[in-house]
Amino acid sequence: MYLIHGDLSEQHVRQLAEELLADPVLETATIGAAPPTSDTLIEVHPLPGVMDPDAEAVELAIRAMLGAHVEVRTARRYDLHGTDASTARLVAERCLANTVIHSIHDQPYHPEAFVAGSPHDLCIVSVPLSELDDAALVKLSRKAHFFLSLDEMKSIQAEYRRLGSDPREIELETIAQTWSEHCVHKTLKSTIRYQEQITDAQSPRIPIRGRPGHEINPDGSITIHNLFKSTIVAATEQLIADGVDWCPSVFVDNAGVIAFDDDHAVCFKVETHNHPSAIEPYGGAATGIGGCIRDIIGTGLAAKPIAATDVFCVAYPDHWSQSPRRARRRLPAQVRQLPNGCLHPRRILTEVVAGVRDYGNRMGIPTLNGAVWFDDDYVGNPLVFCGCIGVMQRKKISGDPQPGDRIVVIGGRTGRDGIHGATFSSAQLTDTHADEFSHAVQIGNAVTEKKLLDAILEARDHPQGCLFHAITDCGAGGFSSAVGEMGRHLGAEVHLDRAPLKYEGLSPTEIWISEAQERMVLAVPPRNVDQLRAICNLHEAEMCELGQFGTDGQELILRYEGREVGRLSMNFLHEGLPQLTREATWNPPVSRGLDSPPLAAGDRPNSIADTLLRLLAHPNIASKRWIIRQYDHEVQGGSIIKPLVGPEGDGPSDAAVILPLLDSTRGLAIANGLATGLRDDPYLMALAAIDECVRNLVCVGADPSRIALLDNFCWPSCDDPRNLGALVRAAEACYDGALAYRAPFISGKDSLNNQFTTSDGKTIEIPPTLLISGIGTVPDVSRCVTMDAKESGNLLLVVGCPASSAIGGSHFEMLSGDSEAGHSPLPAVDLNVAPRIARLVAGLINDGLVSSAHDCSEGGLLVAAAEMTIASGLGLQLDLADLPAEDDPPLEHRCFCEQPARYLLEIRPDDLAEVSSRLHDLPGAVIGTFNSSSRLTLAGDQLDVSVKELQAAWLGTLDW
Amino acid sequence: MPNALIITTAGINCDRELAYAFELAGASAEFIHLNRLLVSPQLIDRFELIGLPGGFSYGDAIAAGRIAAVLMRRRLYRALADAIERGVPIIAPCNGFQIAVQMGILPGPAGDEPWPSTPPRPTIALAHNDTGRFVDRWCGVVVPPETRCVWTHGLTADDPSAMLPVAHGEGQFVTSSPRSLGRLERSGQIALRYRPGDNPNGSVGDVAGICDASGLVLGLMPHPERFTRWNQHPQWTRLHGPSVAGHPLGLAMFRQAVAWAAEAAAV
Repeated sequence: MYLIHGDLSEQHVRQLAEELLADPVLETATIGAAPPTSDTLIEVHPLPGVMDPDAEAVELAIRAMLGAHVEVRTARRYDLHGTDASTARLVAERCLANTVIHSIHDQPYHPEAFVAGSPHDLCIVSVPLSELDDAALVKLSRKAHFFLSLDEMKSIQAEYRRLGSDPREIELETIAQTWSEHCVHKTLKSTIRYQEQITDAQSPRIPIRGRPGHEINPDGSITIHNLFKSTIVAATEQLIADGVDWCPSVFVDNAGVIAFDDDHAVCFKVETHNHPSAIEPYGGAATGIGGCIRDIIGTGLAAKPIAATDVFCVAYPDHWSQSPRRARRRLPAQVRQLPNGCLHPRRILTEVVAGVRDYGNRMGIPTLNGAVWFDDDYVGNPLVFCGCIGVMQRKKISGDPQPGDRIVVIGGRTGRDGIHGATFSSAQLTDTHADEFSHAVQIGNAVTEKKLLDAILEARDHPQGCLFHAITDCGAGGFSSAVGEMGRHLGAEVHLDRAPLKYEGLSPTEIWISEAQERMVLAVPPRNVDQLRAICNLHEAEMCELGQFGTDGQELILRYEGREVGRLSMNFLHEGLPQLTREATWNPPVSRGLDSPPLAAGDRPNSIADTLLRLLAHPNIASKRWIIRQYDHEVQGGSIIKPLVGPEGDGPSDAAVILPLLDSTRGLAIANGLATGLRDDPYLMALAAIDECVRNLVCVGADPSRIALLDNFCWPSCDDPRNLGALVRAAEACYDGALAYRAPFISGKDSLNNQFTTSDGKTIEIPPTLLISGIGTVPDVSRCVTMDAKESGNLLLVVGCPASSAIGGSHFEMLSGDSEAGHSPLPAVDLNVAPRIARLVAGLINDGLVSSAHDCSEGGLLVAAAEMTIASGLGLQLDLADLPAEDDPPLEHRCFCEQPARYLLEIRPDDLAEVSSRLHDLPGAVIGTFNSSSRLTLAGDQLDVSVKELQAAWLGTLDW
Repeated sequence: MPNALIITTAGINCDRELAYAFELAGASAEFIHLNRLLVSPQLIDRFELIGLPGGFSYGDAIAAGRIAAVLMRRRLYRALADAIERGVPIIAPCNGFQIAVQMGILPGPAGDEPWPSTPPRPTIALAHNDTGRFVDRWCGVVVPPETRCVWTHGLTADDPSAMLPVAHGEGQFVTSSPRSLGRLERSGQIALRYRPGDNPNGSVGDVAGICDASGLVLGLMPHPERFTRWNQHPQWTRLHGPSVAGHPLGLAMFRQAVAWAAEAAAV
């Protein structure tokens, strides 16, 4: 439905219906409301102020056709058959609309006029801060959605007492945005007093002595000065000092930058957009990827985005019911009532996939790597990780604004949408957040972002040289963060009334902190402004001059219609945040609490085949084809290794490989590692994730000496010392892992308040979640291999750490729920051996000795081997008698333990001698032979199952 | 060297690889934004080849390609029709195809008729895929031996490596009547079909691409510009020997049209 408001003749309306709005072959148009064809009808309209991307395009087309300026809104109508009004309403709320952004009508809705804003009457509000006591400061911080701590509020108070004035509202807001956890990552940068009480031999002690920024106190506790700098950054700095010379820009820009070839660099950033995605998954995910793409455009003097990644963590779709209690009697025991204020996990996953699809595909950026992890503790607080990779010339990897540069904004208009996104993401979710924070939720407009990308790349590559000195994106905190950050050493003067608005009525504060999407801020020398404007006009990218960088005294001066509405010292804004000391403890759990109740004997798998089929069908392991095929993973033409491989395109690739430059043979591999199963010791979890990421990259042909990593921590509240202790352990593992693999971290992000408080006051904390993302250079893409087995008669070789009975955290443990569950040790990465294995495998691949390679991860060796047959259709005869193993584990553990640092390699029989000699002292053995039987068998009649059956189990679960 | 015009506009995103395919095939390529062409349609006159790239023009608001098609119908149709009469091969993959059919340059007038002065009403459409969702995958394709398409005529059909990638949500080829499909078939205007059983979107007659009566204008849902190197093929790590001899199918199409344009220029 298109609602059009404007002065149009009947003939014009008919013309629009026939020539613009309806397809003459497929559709008919109705002018006015068609009579209902059924018992009930539902109309879904966007709420006033909600982005309506199609409406903008229709207005443009009508202007071109008729020269008429009209206003358009789009809506959807559903005629529902066989339902009553209340069922229709329920269907609308659960499937067709989200009341955070939509209104639902059961009659045709034809308003006389659209809701419009009215001009803002300027009134400058001072906040009487100096008189407030502690309780009042805390109350103000929460009520105004600043989410600042008492200490932080008190330092602001002290600063204004020193100045002898009260802050104006816009100044307080600026400080709150700049000091938000989201923008400044104050927890990771704080001083931490860490204590661990480890009695269990399975939980390794962290080797603290000699680490930069760590002090051991007399009482045995450890003081860590700036956890981030002392672990993740420290490892990168040590590696650079030790000869890693390909990291020209790390941790300083919107993305980390590594050298790619002599002339080019690539950059990578991964962001999360968790809280918006909990409330409005489609818009939350779309604006998540949109924001991450802008990070890449805002790196150096603008990189060109060439690939995107996405990882989602959600609750098990089958475990949650929204039905009334009496209707749930027949449901399985593990099904629980969905808490108030949560969307159903199936809806969340479906809509985040749609959001990434619609935004990424429209931007023309291939989405080619990702993962989905299921855990019921994500029910109220799902995680949405969006990554983007860009390519740029090495001489354009940095830029600095100069005094006198114009502050130029390109892209979307500013509206009230997205206000307080930065502080919202730093808060904890509760059942009422959908109401309280609906304004932080947004819908993206990918075409606006594509237009600004086209314009910016043209300005960057201008024949007279790049037209701007610096660029950054408007993300969390909006103009306040972007301008505040760019002008931190120069000061800036901003005229807020110059920003183009979506509608009237925004206060200067709202303009300043709005996080409206699709906007970039540039520092442009005055002489280049006209040329830039001409480029923007051609691409229909809106541009405005907001002010100028450089003030006396490095101040931030905010004006509206000529009047000063705010003035802040850049120094206080960026340096005034009080340094906190936080407590962190680590007590390993005695018995690891498993989520699900122990299974009844009859529900446990009863054979190797049964276990294997159930593992393949487990949502964490099962094919994600349903998601992958909805993403354009080949646009830009650089595809080398696709996310799905094999003759039928069914095999799960370990990593994707692309050509960043079409006329080169040098490739870039992209992968991730996530080992949330090992959450009971985040140190082991983080090492396993790093190892998995490295393995994935190596399996397709990446050079292990040119791998760069990103960390994304999503944690429950770190006000709880135990959660902060878990974070310390994970960060320390990043230090050890990066050094061991010589794989530097180049960028990262954290999101530290991921928990959900239900209406009855229970808090559901998410599992501590660390996503490791990695990129690796592939020197020559003709050497790449895929994971699908190639030829009958070839051998299957396992290389890597011995199998063991450390099945803690494995999917086998989750599935079997036996009495041992929760007590089995967690597997550990052997950092002395694992990097050597990675180099060995990379060498074998590079020398053409490997026909297919697959990383052994979720589900263990047998699942990985099964995937190689599923991908190829070949049969495989396995014999695990020679499998390298510790302590003679039982067959199930040999098959399904998730020992890290293991690879499965297909080799030709003729090459066995050569490969064996290269193994040297590293553990490895031939465990099977591929054949043309299309059956997977295990010696001793332990397993005989057809590849078709494996395929059906693997493809069936998430075939949505 | 023939010069190819690549028409870009808001939301178009397959322009670079399209230009690259032209370059690999021996042409030079130049981008011009639609907003410039709408003001100066005569800019088209100096090109020997034209590409309408894929993407999501104007976000595919209303329907895929609709807004761009409405803008081009009004200001660019005539200049494009002139170019076709002048003998300029045009390729329109994916969003370009969706635009071309709604703009009125496909299927074009019958063989013996001139191009009408104003754009005709569309008689074919690219509807939503029958699965109801966007799909990215490679499909086996067949070139009908009787096609008159300059781009595809004579290219191989039986080789299992004869595949092209598709990536679209609205690619189901539909004609206004069964008769019009029959007419296209009889006049050799079916330029490309999906291999039977490999039809990704429910297109009638497995039609993947059509051309106008002159064979110059090719509209197709698959992306030949994404198959100009063997290692773009989804099974390249399994292909050996004769199956990777010669040019990949996508590049072969561009080479054929560029050679045609070069020859036309020489005459």
